[in-house]
This record gives sequence, structure tokens and C-alpha cells, in this order.
Amino acid sequence: MGEDTLYQKTFTITGSDFDKAGEVSTQIKAILKAAGLDSTVIRRVASASFEAEMNVVIHADRGKIDFELTPTAIVLTIDDEGPGIEDLELAMKEGYSTASDDMREMGFGAGMGLPNIKKSSDDFHLESEVGKGTTLRITIKHDEQ
Amino acid sequence: MKLTDVQKHLNAKYLCLDGSDPEISCCMAADMMSDVLAYAEAGALLITGLISSQSVRTADVSDAAAVIYIRGKRPDEKTIKLAEDLNLPLLTTDECMFDACGVLYKAGLKGVC
Repeated sequence: MGEDTLYQKTFTITGSDFDKAGEVSTQIKAILKAAGLDSTVIRRVASASFEAEMNVVIHADRGKIDFELTPTAIVLTIDDEGPGIEDLELAMKEGYSTASDDMREMGFGAGMGLPNIKKSSDDFHLESEVGKGTTLRITIKHDEQ
Repeated sequence: MKLTDVQKHLNAKYLCLDGSDPEISCCMAADMMSDVLAYAEAGALLITGLISSQSVRTADVSDAAAVIYIRGKRPDEKTIKLAEDLNLPLLTTDECMFDACGVLYKAGLKGVC
């Protein structure tokens, strides 16, 4: 935990558990509401977190989301154990997806997840090792209003 | 427009009511939840044919006022219970997506874009 961390919590995510997919983001939204943040910021964080959570549920075996609130920003670090991403540049392309039809039937997997997360974030860092997993770290500032 | 007006316009049935009658500021019609998450505005009505729990999660995360399912679709009880827990009203209409959107547009609602 950093020196200026106001609150930190780690949530676990289970791959392919579609029943629970989204629970973490609902909890993160509740925390941000309780912290009294602006509703637009809350929506940006919750949307990015939900997309990231769905990515873990869809693609990985398991993962965790580390949530950190500082006086100026929200930092989410999403770490998963799974197949990893072979081509990061291709994965960032709108419309590119490796999700199955089953997943598309759930309203995800149209290749908009990562681009949307990037759009919601002030800082976006993605790294991956094929066969091991993926780490995504995003920062959303909340001190601008 | 109030949610009760939407219900009347589309002859819809309530699947989950949280005791409020929220103001509907605009509409989003989509089956692709990533689009909803990317472009949603607070207070929107989500019109969708997607009945998985992700429709409710997406509506909650994006601060939607309510969800209406088209073509008489209804999600399973677990998803309805989730909406109850999140205080999110759910409705279902027999109209198809195109007609539901057309009726609401004619009644004065606009899309999110």
C-alpha cells in the first residue's frame, strides 16, 4: 500500500464463473459512492472495472483486481492467470476478439473491452506473457472537479 | 418522461419494481453490453434483448434508470433477484426492438450518442 493510499482492497475473480461476473465491479461502485466521489468518475471506474472483470471471466482461469484509492486517483490492477495475449497491438484493435459465440450471447466479446477500458482511463498499461497471464493497470483521476 | 409513461406506451409488464418511478432522460437500445458501458449516460433506459445477468450488471454499472426487455423476454429468477438487490426496475414488452424504439422516440425520448 502506498503512503498516500486512502483505501485498498483486493478482490478475487474466478474464470468462467458467469453467475458472479460483475460482482466485484458492483462492490467497487459501492465503495466509490461511499467515498463521495463524483458520479461521472464512479461510472468511468465501474465501467472499466466491469469490462476488465469480464475479460478475466471470459479468458482466464482466475484473477484478482487490486483497488486503490488515493487523494487524486483510483488505480485498478487486474492480474490474471490464463492464456495471456499473443499480440497486444491486435488485442487493442476495436472489433478484434478471441471470445467464443457463447460469450457473445452474453453481450460481450465484440472486441470493444480493452479499447473501452483505455477510453475510460487516464493512464493505461497492459502487459502479458503467453501461457502465464495478463496484467492491466489503469488509473482514473478524480481530483479534477 | 417517467418510467410509468414508458410502461404505458409499450404496454409493458413489471418484472421488478423498486418503489420509485424514475425519470427517463434518454434511451440506449443494444444487445452488446460493451457499447452500453462505453456510451451510457446516467438515467438512461436500457432497451435490450439480452436477458443474462450481465444486462442487469451493465445497467447498474452505467447508472441506467431501468431495463426493458423486448419481444416478451424475461430473465431468470436469479437475475430478477439481482435487480431487486440493486434497486433496478425491470420491465418486459411484447414489442420488438425496432417498434419499442420507434414508439418511445415518437413519444419524445432520444437516444444516447
